[in-house]
Amino acid sequence: MSDKEIVNNENENQNSHLNVPKNGRREALKTLATIPVIGAMAYGVIKKKNQEYRNKRVGNIFAFETTPTVMDRQPDGQTIRLGIIGFGIRGSQLMQALGFATPQHIDHLKDLAKQDVQNTRYKDFLEQEDLNIVVNGVCDIFDVYAKEAATAGANKNREGSEGKFANLPVIYKNYKDLLAAKDIDAVIIATPDHWHGTMVIDAVNAGKHVYVEKPLTWTVPETYLVADAVKKSNVIFQLGHQGRQIEINHRAKEIIKKGLIGKVTLAEVSTNRNDPNGAWVYSIHPEANPSTIDWKQFEGNPVRIKEYLDYMTSVGATKYVGPDSRDKFSLERFFRWRCWWDYSTGLSGDLLTHEYDAMNHMLDLGIPASATSSGGVYFFKDGRTVPDVLQTTFEFPDRDMTMLYTATLASQYNRPRKIMATDATIELGSTLNVTIDPQSELYREKIQQGIIKAGEPFYRYASGKSIDALSSATEMYFAERGLLFSYVEGKRYNTTYLHLREWIECIRQKKQPSCGIKEAFEEAMAAHMGTRAYLEGRTMYWDADKQVITRG
Amino acid sequence: MTTKNIYTRGQLTWLVVLRVLIGWYFMYEGLTKIMTPNWTSYAYLRDSQGWFAPFFTMLTDNAWVMSTVNAINMYGLTIIGLCMILGCFVQFANIGAIGLLSLYYLSHPPMLDVHYLIRPEGSYMWVDKNLIMLGAIAVLMLFPTSKLIGLDRWIFRKCKK
Repeated sequence: MSDKEIVNNENENQNSHLNVPKNGRREALKTLATIPVIGAMAYGVIKKKNQEYRNKRVGNIFAFETTPTVMDRQPDGQTIRLGIIGFGIRGSQLMQALGFATPQHIDHLKDLAKQDVQNTRYKDFLEQEDLNIVVNGVCDIFDVYAKEAATAGANKNREGSEGKFANLPVIYKNYKDLLAAKDIDAVIIATPDHWHGTMVIDAVNAGKHVYVEKPLTWTVPETYLVADAVKKSNVIFQLGHQGRQIEINHRAKEIIKKGLIGKVTLAEVSTNRNDPNGAWVYSIHPEANPSTIDWKQFEGNPVRIKEYLDYMTSVGATKYVGPDSRDKFSLERFFRWRCWWDYSTGLSGDLLTHEYDAMNHMLDLGIPASATSSGGVYFFKDGRTVPDVLQTTFEFPDRDMTMLYTATLASQYNRPRKIMATDATIELGSTLNVTIDPQSELYREKIQQGIIKAGEPFYRYASGKSIDALSSATEMYFAERGLLFSYVEGKRYNTTYLHLREWIECIRQKKQPSCGIKEAFEEAMAAHMGTRAYLEGRTMYWDADKQVITRG
Repeated sequence: MTTKNIYTRGQLTWLVVLRVLIGWYFMYEGLTKIMTPNWTSYAYLRDSQGWFAPFFTMLTDNAWVMSTVNAINMYGLTIIGLCMILGCFVQFANIGAIGLLSLYYLSHPPMLDVHYLIRPEGSYMWVDKNLIMLGAIAVLMLFPTSKLIGLDRWIFRKCKK
């Protein structure tokens, strides 16, 4: 049609009533010309939907009923009266998780929020649920920490230095006096490793409920005493492996239990850190000196020290003892105690235990049949006796599997936990990824049909959101970076808070928390086997009948 | 607005094609969002950059605002696309489309030193596909076609009567 032939619209309109059939058809054509496009889209959309439906049925293999991992609060439950033993780095973190921070810390959070509107730590802290607890007593053998613990305990309204505070909790110089206090129901123990066992036993004997930081114990003999004491009592006991609250670990456990990854033969876990703080070279407080620190109490329980020295001597590991005399005051040893076997359990107790407990949670491992370790002080040659690079292998012949732990304190390379099995491998980092094995029998048909791409992540789970390989790339990308976290849950949860909350709620409801004495005993024995294997340079075995560590 | 056809056939054809193509793009974007269970613009908004980023991030703080923003995206895009394809109330659809495209551009401006978690599929400096589409819709607003080809032909004649 040429330009001339273009019909003037108005003329057309004028003529329309005169020549209805012809112009009517033309009118209708021009009015409805693009409608077939909608038909084309509808066809495409239906086709896509059908394809998605087919894929979804495969995705449903990994569909789970969501089980809440957070306990319900008992309405109008009793107020739990707490005592805090130890207010160092971890002790202060635990108190913050409970909703108690020093006014200085609140001021700091406020400053951060002022400097950066995106920083919501202050807001999050204020919004953190009130756990209906009071802090009635605190104890720390460093006076400055003890006073800070008391001001944090009095800061019920979470205010900065301008705020109004409740009465200060009682400051106890000795933890035994705190345990004797009648106005304390439960204690949180966050002291150096060499005090854990003794304090738990004393607390249990005093009838106090206990939350103790990991590891459970420093020596092997005390481990039995602690387990006996807790088992015979009615106290609610929780070991501080907050990883028990990580949602993706619960999902991994479900996946393994359902047989979706097949037979597990190897679990690989690790620790990677690369800064002095991560290697326990903590700062030394300027006000610390022999008059502000009760060194005598720091030294430890003589019975425990004897157990430790007896063991070290009997296996010819005295080179790991000291080198300073135990009664010699040392700021370094006080603040950086983790660097010496004299007070610490090294990487085994501090970090391997978290990994072990996580695997024990997901795979119900119990105590390994044997352990070997190797490593050394390879980077932080600052006089420490504990290694900064450590490899420990645990064998589980009953389960036909190995757990390998490898650690370095001089590289921060991020290695997710891996659970390798015949049909798939689970990787646990900030998200859970399942990669189907190319040789899988279980998924063979689906791999052949091209529905599952072997070797590529097939299923992802990030905090309440399941994402299979058929979801959009964007969703996967965000899930991987954990950005969906806060939205899906509506709130970003701190796992330490959840772990403490569970303990407190279990005290109220007389229930068993997730990391009780059974799990704690298993964690402690596994870690001791790893430690002894390192110290003695040979394989350690677990005699399940006699419940003792042997040398084969 | 005139109902007179002032275009050549070629002009009219390609203006209508452009309108339908943009409409298709909008409608399918909207439908995909509607069909994705629990679809949310949360991640996209959280990934905002540039001068207006605080505003877009702020939208994600409130659950009610988030659900409104999500609904506008899901149904807004679909309805705008449908209107463009069918040629009905196209001028309103154009205004809506320009509004949404401006917001997308402002939340994810293709600045030189900015990195997005959702990487765009092309390479852009200051000008991206959203901006180009915005320009195309502005052209379509000034060269309307729906009263010639589309339901507006019937709707507006009815109104006129």
